[in-house]
Amino acid sequence: MTSVEAAERARERTIRARNRALLAVLAALAALFYAITIVRIGS
Amino acid sequence: MTELSETRPAAALDLAGSPATWAGAAVADYVAILKPRVMSLVVFTGLVGLVLAPGQLHPVLAGVAVLCIAVGAGAAGAINMWYERDIDAVMRRTALRPLPAGRMLPGEALGFGVVLAVGSVLVMALATNWVAAGLLALTIGFYVFVYTIWLKRRTPQNIVIGGAAGAFPPLIGWAAVDGSLGWGAIALFAIIFFWTPPHFWALSLYRADDYAKAGVPMLPVVAGPRETKRQMLLYTVVLWPVSAAPWLLGMAGAVYGISALGLSALFTASSIRVWRDAGERSARQMFAFSLLYLLLIFSLLLVDRSNAGWPAGAWR
Repeated sequence: MTSVEAAERARERTIRARNRALLAVLAALAALFYAITIVRIGS
Repeated sequence: MTELSETRPAAALDLAGSPATWAGAAVADYVAILKPRVMSLVVFTGLVGLVLAPGQLHPVLAGVAVLCIAVGAGAAGAINMWYERDIDAVMRRTALRPLPAGRMLPGEALGFGVVLAVGSVLVMALATNWVAAGLLALTIGFYVFVYTIWLKRRTPQNIVIGGAAGAFPPLIGWAAVDGSLGWGAIALFAIIFFWTPPHFWALSLYRADDYAKAGVPMLPVVAGPRETKRQMLLYTVVLWPVSAAPWLLGMAGAVYGISALGLSALFTASSIRVWRDAGERSARQMFAFSLLYLLLIFSLLLVDRSNAGWPAGAWR
């Protein structure tokens, strides 16, 4: 594997990890708003 | 190669001077610019403010409030790293941070910080009240505009005034429950406010060369180690009554009060050792002890509240 290919692989891995982290953050945010709403309505 | 990726290495080279072929920051870099170690102390003090405040907050909302304090602190840290990327690049302690190392573009850090700052304030308002949200916004603004942009590069009193930003979290936690601020909240603020100068100056005593190289007018650089040590000693003495204030105000019991005075005495003794020692070893020890001091003071307040909140013998 050439150094250019290795760099491209590393770049793809980084982007994939960032996308997964963003997905997790968005899911957590949705859960957070849901929880806040339920508690606020309940009180 | 896309136009975007072609512009990135040049932008990264602006500050870092490193031959980055792609400045795409990893998830770990985004975490790093939130200053997680600073965040942990902020979260802890905010939590104590939340627990000590009169009244009750639903556990879910309390958790959200602590999360918002953490994210808000992280946002302030990210914006701070964006603004200070030039001096971070010349200081040994900070040269490997994502921005000076060229792993992240300045715009990425700024955008990340601003989004988190706005988001944390809005969610805080949604989950608790506008007083807590306003205080969180004030804290972030104070840290970024007053400390980072205005004071840090202009005056050796930068961390005295700017230290207020680090003292706000217990107020935010308190306001999240109470919707207002009482004397107890002010006492918690004062403890951190008067603790910050000796804590930071202990660090800057053995990092003075770094600060001088970066042109940051920390007290040891401008006034010398002797004057710095004198002021550190004064602040540790001021901490005696300030740390005992929660006891004097009736917010905590005698066990806390006596323990706080004992810890303050040890902090002053540590400062006297720094005063007498020409080397940097005692300053390093004082810096480490200062962290333990704050942790123990706030832990004691938590323990005191836990004991007061439970019926006698309930823990058995």
